[in-house]
Amino acid sequence: MSILVNKNTKVLVQGLTGKTGTFHTEQALAYYNTKMVGGTHPKKGGQKWTSSLDGTKLPIFATVAEGKEATGANASVIYVPPAGAAAAIIEAIEAEIELIVCITEGVPVLDMVNVKERLRHSNSRLIGPNCPGVLTPEECKIGIMPGNIFSKGSVGIVSRSGTLTYEAVFQTTNEGLGQTTAVGIGGDPVKGSEFIDILELFLADEKTKSIVMIGEIGGSAEEDAAQFIKDEAKRGRSKPMAGFIAGLTAPPGRTMGHAGAVISGGKGGAMDKIEAMQSAGIMVARSPAQIGKTLVKALKG
Amino acid sequence: MNIHEYQAKELLKTYGVPISKGIIIFSKDEAEQAARQIGGPIWVVKSQIHAGGRGKGRFKGLGENAKGGVRLARSIEEVKADVEEMLGNILVTKQTGPEGKQVNRIYIEEGADIKRELYLSILVDRESGRVAFVASTEGGMDIEAVAEESPEKIHTITINPTTGVTEKDVEKLIAALKLEGAAVQDGKFLFPTLYKAFVEKDMSLLEINPLIIMQNGHLRVLDAKISFDNNALFRHPDIMELRDLSEENEKEIEASKYDLAYIALDGTIGCMVNGAGLAMATMDIIKLYGEEPANFLDVGGGASVEKVTAAFKIITADPQVKGILVNIFGGIMRCDIIAEGVLEAVKEVGLKVPLVIRLEGTRVKEGKKLIDESDLDVISAADLDDAAQKIVAAVRGQ
Repeated sequence: MSILVNKNTKVLVQGLTGKTGTFHTEQALAYYNTKMVGGTHPKKGGQKWTSSLDGTKLPIFATVAEGKEATGANASVIYVPPAGAAAAIIEAIEAEIELIVCITEGVPVLDMVNVKERLRHSNSRLIGPNCPGVLTPEECKIGIMPGNIFSKGSVGIVSRSGTLTYEAVFQTTNEGLGQTTAVGIGGDPVKGSEFIDILELFLADEKTKSIVMIGEIGGSAEEDAAQFIKDEAKRGRSKPMAGFIAGLTAPPGRTMGHAGAVISGGKGGAMDKIEAMQSAGIMVARSPAQIGKTLVKALKG
Repeated sequence: MNIHEYQAKELLKTYGVPISKGIIIFSKDEAEQAARQIGGPIWVVKSQIHAGGRGKGRFKGLGENAKGGVRLARSIEEVKADVEEMLGNILVTKQTGPEGKQVNRIYIEEGADIKRELYLSILVDRESGRVAFVASTEGGMDIEAVAEESPEKIHTITINPTTGVTEKDVEKLIAALKLEGAAVQDGKFLFPTLYKAFVEKDMSLLEINPLIIMQNGHLRVLDAKISFDNNALFRHPDIMELRDLSEENEKEIEASKYDLAYIALDGTIGCMVNGAGLAMATMDIIKLYGEEPANFLDVGGGASVEKVTAAFKIITADPQVKGILVNIFGGIMRCDIIAEGVLEAVKEVGLKVPLVIRLEGTRVKEGKKLIDESDLDVISAADLDDAAQKIVAAVRGQ
């Protein structure tokens, strides 16, 4: 088992014809034949996209609805530039795509406020924007995570940061644990899925035996997640967890790369998050190089 | 992106928001004419810097008893004397840090008769994913202190993006601010108008502290602070023109030309990292091993060789930097591009400090090969821990 994506997931690419979309679609096809079923482009419907790696051809559709109808796609990945990203997400919501993953970085936050409202009244789940995507080892790669660091296993990974997700994956691979699924939820202040949404899935997934959660400064999503983990434990649902929070040395008031990574109004500091997570029984690594080892400790109890 | 108070007020004025009469001046000889034009009998002389706490701030070199960065003047002579003292001087406030900020612009405003001071702001509430008003009757003071001491006096009202500000929202705001009489009518216009400005201009924060009720019972915006969403600036060329480069760090301006997320810090180890989270974590691990980072730098995903070269040059140009740590975990970012960029930069500007490189992820073999085959004097690191320990040892001359 895994969460969100598996070998049966059929993925449409919104923004396939661009440089980024092309590169990562080639990589996804090369990763255990992830079922990339087509792409969309408003003006290139009816044309074909060709992989430069092995000549694989994919159909291009004018709209997501058309692409879904023709291919049975149940997921989409978005590589369109920031100005058009929100419209692309809304198009996928309207086509009732189950899982929408938006990789695009730099989407205006008020566009996301509107997207969030559409999501509330929809059947879709959005991951991102400004995220590395979702990967289930040896089955399906949606997004930009490097496939070669993964191994099939028992750890569920959820993270606000792209490259720190890779650290967690790499380290759990090196510890011989492997992963069920890794989910990058993205670094923007308003996004499709929060930690809690993904933790719920990992707690419910039988194959996931432990969880790594990686947060960073800004907002209170980590505190909310810690409360959720506490409440679930009281109901008898819990799994060993390790975590890391980036930004212990970040100066207040400065936005640290991610639009959402800012300590403001005395809120969103790393220490509060670390303490909240620890009080929920999550073992928090002080060094980003110790995430894997910390999880091993947590597993030993 | 932040703008000055006077720019924020000029922008709000175009929406019909009530503000005081005021004139911005850039030189001392403009003070008298500006004061005459405004008329008096009371003027407020306000330093324009991108930092809060101006009123309680102190000018360097003026002594503890001198007045702060926002002053009340009762004659044109007094306005001139204040401008004389303030313009060109360094103002130190709670938010500027001890180095302070030079005052290059002064806003002269007519004085207002204040009956009550209120607090009103609009921001994006992360928890609800909506735009929200924050309102309090405790205006004119540090809102963080109010939140700490009497959180019940702070009211948050979230706005449904589909409907915008409804009559009910307006009623809630009127109640939260305890408005009466003329101020109620003013509020019915002001609240939806501020929301409109916030959304149309892609603001990330609009803070009015204080919003005042004047002796005549009407509302007026007495101070205004606006920040804009950097991700949305592409659709607001008019806002881009308001950027004041003199308020920003030179290295950060240079970095922004290449679309690099760079923040100057006080330490000795320059960092070049891909991804904001890993960049922060790299700063954290340097600190964990006892040294301080000289900067935060996220080269981002999909950076070109030119961008990496520019990033490396910005780091090496910092005289504080005693060693450099390049930490890359390639996803979108390819390790070979990082390697090429670093080699290109070293070729152009040389390398006078120790360099530790840690590469992992997409095209790591190609990247390592490029570095190994060059004659660059570089310390390779196996993982993040190893990299941090090696650079810390290197700057300590071990």
